[in-house]
Amino acid sequence: MTGTAIGKPRTADRPHGGTGDRVRLWWDALPRQTQWLFGIPAFALVAALPVLRPPVLTTVGTDFGGVLAQFGMYALLAVGLNVVVGQAGLLDLGYVGFYAIGAYTVALLTSPNSPWNLTDDWLSRSWGWLFALPIAIAITAVSGLILGSPTLRLRGDYLAIVTLGFGEIVRLLADNLSDITGGGRGLSSIAYPVVGTSEKRPFGVFSAGNTQHAPTYGVWWFWLSLILLAITLILIGNLERSRVGRAWVSIREDEDAAEIMGVPTFRFKLWAFVIGASIGGLSGALYAGQVQFVVPSSFNVINSMLFLCAVVLGGQGNKLGVIAGAFIVVYLPNFFLGRTSLLGIPIDGNTIANYKYLFFGLALIVLMIFRPQGLFPARQKLLTYGRELYVAARRAAGYGKPAPEPTTEQGGAS
Amino acid sequence: MTEPGGIGAGSEHGEQFRGTDDYLETSTPEQYLPDGGEIPELQVDVASIHPELADEGKVAELVAADRHVRAAEGEPLLQMQGVTVRFGGLVALDDVTFDIKRGEILGLIGPNGAGKTTCFNTMTGIYRPSAGSVVFDGRPIGAIKRHAITQLGIARTFQNIRLFSDMTALENVIVGTDARHRTSVPGAVFRSKRHRVEERDAIDRGMALLEFVGIGNRATQQARNLPYGDQRRLEIARALATEPKLLCLDEPAAGFNPAEKQDLSELIQKIRDDGFTVLLIEHDMRLVLGVTDRVVVLEFGRKIADGLPTEVSQDPAVIAAYLGVPDDATA
Ligand SMILES: Nc1ncnc2c1ncn2[C@@H]1O[C@H](COP(=O)(O)OP(=O)(O)O)[C@@H](O)[C@H]1O
Ligand SMILES: [Mg+2]
Repeated sequence: MTGTAIGKPRTADRPHGGTGDRVRLWWDALPRQTQWLFGIPAFALVAALPVLRPPVLTTVGTDFGGVLAQFGMYALLAVGLNVVVGQAGLLDLGYVGFYAIGAYTVALLTSPNSPWNLTDDWLSRSWGWLFALPIAIAITAVSGLILGSPTLRLRGDYLAIVTLGFGEIVRLLADNLSDITGGGRGLSSIAYPVVGTSEKRPFGVFSAGNTQHAPTYGVWWFWLSLILLAITLILIGNLERSRVGRAWVSIREDEDAAEIMGVPTFRFKLWAFVIGASIGGLSGALYAGQVQFVVPSSFNVINSMLFLCAVVLGGQGNKLGVIAGAFIVVYLPNFFLGRTSLLGIPIDGNTIANYKYLFFGLALIVLMIFRPQGLFPARQKLLTYGRELYVAARRAAGYGKPAPEPTTEQGGAS
Repeated sequence: MTEPGGIGAGSEHGEQFRGTDDYLETSTPEQYLPDGGEIPELQVDVASIHPELADEGKVAELVAADRHVRAAEGEPLLQMQGVTVRFGGLVALDDVTFDIKRGEILGLIGPNGAGKTTCFNTMTGIYRPSAGSVVFDGRPIGAIKRHAITQLGIARTFQNIRLFSDMTALENVIVGTDARHRTSVPGAVFRSKRHRVEERDAIDRGMALLEFVGIGNRATQQARNLPYGDQRRLEIARALATEPKLLCLDEPAAGFNPAEKQDLSELIQKIRDDGFTVLLIEHDMRLVLGVTDRVVVLEFGRKIADGLPTEVSQDPAVIAAYLGVPDDATA
């Protein structure tokens, strides 16, 4: 086993004790209904951000809706990459390749510049995107299978290098197969779902032309990605709390021991790869529909690093944590863009935004020194019906009670 | 699956040299808590959640699950047939032949470096023998994948503890029960009926196993926070969870005090009484003589004796090779 920091870390040395742990203990002991009671308004609040346009928080240099749409896509990417890196512990440096394959699949099927465009004849442009979406997911899943089958027999650093190469190959193919992909010029006029047409919005709410009236197209794409994100989270959560999630974590923790305990490690690593890839493809398809234009330069390897940064920053393994990581990675540079003062202090926001890779790099180094488990680490729950047991344990320890006098409760339990 | 490396090559071997310090590194939660355990430990009151587990007989029954014993007790379960394992120039096992019979507790002893752990690694598919073969339950395991060997019915613990330290005790055990589960990935995504049945079964059996080894109250604690002795017990529970026919224990009493050793030998006997066959590597002669039915002695990779514990302990070759070495020089 190699001691790569990313990919098999998360050895918090303090089991309980931090504020995060307290909050989590409290949260975990709440009844399900109460959790929903908190969760749904929180989700609604996030969805309402671009409508509320809170002061300070709203970006000044770029369209706030557009920033949030990008966040939605990155959140999906982070959740998908988290399956591979955070849960199964496989360091994938070429994840952008799947994002690109997803985006290019939609583009190739619906752009008028593409030789494989289907929207000329039998497929209507209004339905083109929706039709291409499942195909994009399927094709990225298959590409995950093709990349994974030979490489997942490798371990640690080898896997990282091979996947890095894969990300680059996808981009180079997009750049060089000009007859098909349009090369550096890319593919334009990609289909998007045409819904909600009105006088104010002749091409529907998702059209890139919908910028004059709030909510703009960015906001609609943000909402669409939030819905897809919620579905993804539920399905991935189901996986996590099953033998599949346990197999992934056991592989991450000690691959040899996992195998000896009867885990077919190769098969489950391949599944992690395929599932991660298809979520990347889904995000890519969203991107293609929103921007309606793809070029190879949008899929540089540096993007892979940014995705990985979101996962590591947020806390590998924790789904909500990596979404927070995605928010930081997307939002912070945009926050500074176009800003000339912050809290009354004059700043050069554009320059700060331009140096985002430098800042994220520094942030990662600092994080690895002081908090290697990420900003929001959380132990995954790996049992479908373990709740009872954990709640009972926490109650016994004095958590999640209406708690008139928690101190005596604690004293009694320990 | 590259060279016959994996466990033995890197990590398990490192352990040999870290030796007895190993367990000092696994600390108890109290050491971590800032002011003497401000946050109380999470303990499960098993009786309140699984009242049926209060009955020891019931626990043993749940643990034994449904292993179909096809051959009679006393028939060979595993046969080492002229097994030779080489590492470069070093012959770790040299033409070793012995049987493990169903229902027995077989002791495997010998001085440090004699090849005992290598024996385990060969049985579980980590090393493939350069000559000879391992036959389990009538089947040569030569080409069978490691996880499939577990499914055939061989389970083991590790000389250096190798738990999934981020998981709770219960989750560790349930990884073991998963070896017998069939839920597919789509089945798990959409929570199929089989998935739900297996998940319930996993928790019930997992809790029973933890109770069986005596750490049910620790179910929700992370493996890395368990006291050393409980970690060893958890390894046994996890191995039992795979419903093995043969349970291999690699120095389960290393670092134990006499009282803990006594508890452990009772546990081993209980495991055998529950219908498992046990192969035990152990340094402590008293423990071995007390608990095993038969003993195989290795020295420099060769088998030098094989017989009843009383016979073996009288054997001059064994006394010379092994018993002559004071206990503390070998741990
Ligand atoms: N992977 C390996 N590479 C090289 N030498 C090994 C390896 N595994 C075991 N050995 C050697 O084989 C011999 C037997 O080791 P082992 O089976 O661990 O002994 P025991 O468990 O009886 O103390 C030792 O000399 C050890 O150094
Ligand atoms: Mg050994």
